[in-house]
Amino acid sequence: MELLTPGSGLLFWQIVVFVSLLLLLKTFAWQPILHSLKIREESIQEALDSAKEAKEEMSQLKAENEKLLQEARKERDKILKVANTVASKIKDEAKSAASGITDKMIEVARKEIESEKNAALQEVRNLVVSLSVEIAERLLQKALAEDVAQKELVDQYLKEKNLN
Amino acid sequence: MKVFLDAMKHPGIAAKIIFSVSLFFAFSAPSWASSSDDGGGFNPGELIMHHITDDYSWHFFDGKYGTLYLPVIVYSKERGLEVFSSHHFYDEHHNLVSYNGYVLEHKQILLEGSDEKIYDFSITKNVLTLFILAALLCWVFISVARGFRKNEGKAPSGIQSFFEPIILYIRDEIVKPNIGPKYERYLPYLLTLFFFVWFGNLMGLIPGAANLTGNIAVTLVLATGTFILTSISGTKNYWTHIFNTPGIPLPLKFIIVPVEIIGIFTKPISLTIRLFVAISAGHIVLLSLIILTFIFHSWLVGIGSSLLVLFIVLIELLVATIQAYIFTMFTSLYIGMALDEGDGH
Repeated sequence: MELLTPGSGLLFWQIVVFVSLLLLLKTFAWQPILHSLKIREESIQEALDSAKEAKEEMSQLKAENEKLLQEARKERDKILKVANTVASKIKDEAKSAASGITDKMIEVARKEIESEKNAALQEVRNLVVSLSVEIAERLLQKALAEDVAQKELVDQYLKEKNLN
Repeated sequence: MKVFLDAMKHPGIAAKIIFSVSLFFAFSAPSWASSSDDGGGFNPGELIMHHITDDYSWHFFDGKYGTLYLPVIVYSKERGLEVFSSHHFYDEHHNLVSYNGYVLEHKQILLEGSDEKIYDFSITKNVLTLFILAALLCWVFISVARGFRKNEGKAPSGIQSFFEPIILYIRDEIVKPNIGPKYERYLPYLLTLFFFVWFGNLMGLIPGAANLTGNIAVTLVLATGTFILTSISGTKNYWTHIFNTPGIPLPLKFIIVPVEIIGIFTKPISLTIRLFVAISAGHIVLLSLIILTFIFHSWLVGIGSSLLVLFIVLIELLVATIQAYIFTMFTSLYIGMALDEGDGH
């Protein structure tokens, strides 16, 4: 049992005790401890991963929402545009239809006026004719009687006519 | 005093001075002391050696009940297996006597008047310390394991939260970087090794405790474990590098290969000696400083040496941890080297 020479008894006991200590601790301490540590690390890693995934999903959702919003806005703009064009078209159409109708009405009115005018003119012409004929008849009747009186009569008639 | 203060400012120098002083006492004292031995004075060198080597009894204090006599277990071809108390080797005046044909000579049990080899399996001071250490380690780490089972999915608590960072440190900072991806197989061994050495070193610092991890038998077994693990995990590449080092001209191989073969053995030998020396030297330093008081018979020296002892004990606490770290780290490193598949140098 000197300082530099290993004692055989201690060597023996050290081997026995250390090997059994190793086996005991391995089974009852290190394996459960290392297993738990591994499980915990894995669960932490999983939690981190899922958080990251959730974050990614969130940002993806957000982007999707943004996209949807953008699309909706575009759709709205499109619909508005279409509605505007339709409205203006309808307006134009209505306007053109209305102006067509008025034109037609004006035309009709004009035609009526024209026909009325023609009718009136015809009447006047007829009247003039009949008057002329009447006058001529009377003139012819008088002329047969006396020239002077005839003349006077014509003048008188003419005057009457003028007065009329 | 100024020299002393300067030395205190530089722990390295202080340690060196103390170490050299202690070496002086440890190795020169016997001759120096033997001259004054007749005067009944005590022998510091012997006392120190007595404290740091193994013994069949455990001396706590003087007096009838101050010594624990441990069982002696011996086997010899002639006498067979025999178990008896080491108390029988001492008479009432604490002088060595022979018992039942066995004598205790130079701390070795021999058969009286026979040269026959005796196999000694006695439960000595160190063996008992070893048992206590093993029981302590089992108790502590089974408690830690229980903590892990109890707190599954929860934060660690109690003793578990103290040892968990250390276990993680060993796994992540010592074992994993040195061994590589196959580290898990070696982890239980290396954790046992680390805590055995660490707890053993710390137990040795308890006043009156045995110097277990400063015993060469203990460190030899631990280093042999490293040697066996390294050898059985050696890859083809590892052995090729030793016995037929590639990329080296043939004449040089006659030099390199023997060096490499010696290298296989110098690694565990260095581990054996490093731990043994570091711990034993620490004990020698502490004991020398304490003994100074008894040599000088002066209370002034007593105060000075007490302060120094306090300082060295603090250093020793650090050394206890560092040595455990180094032993585990080198073992991991050697295993890692043996596992190297040789994709590079």
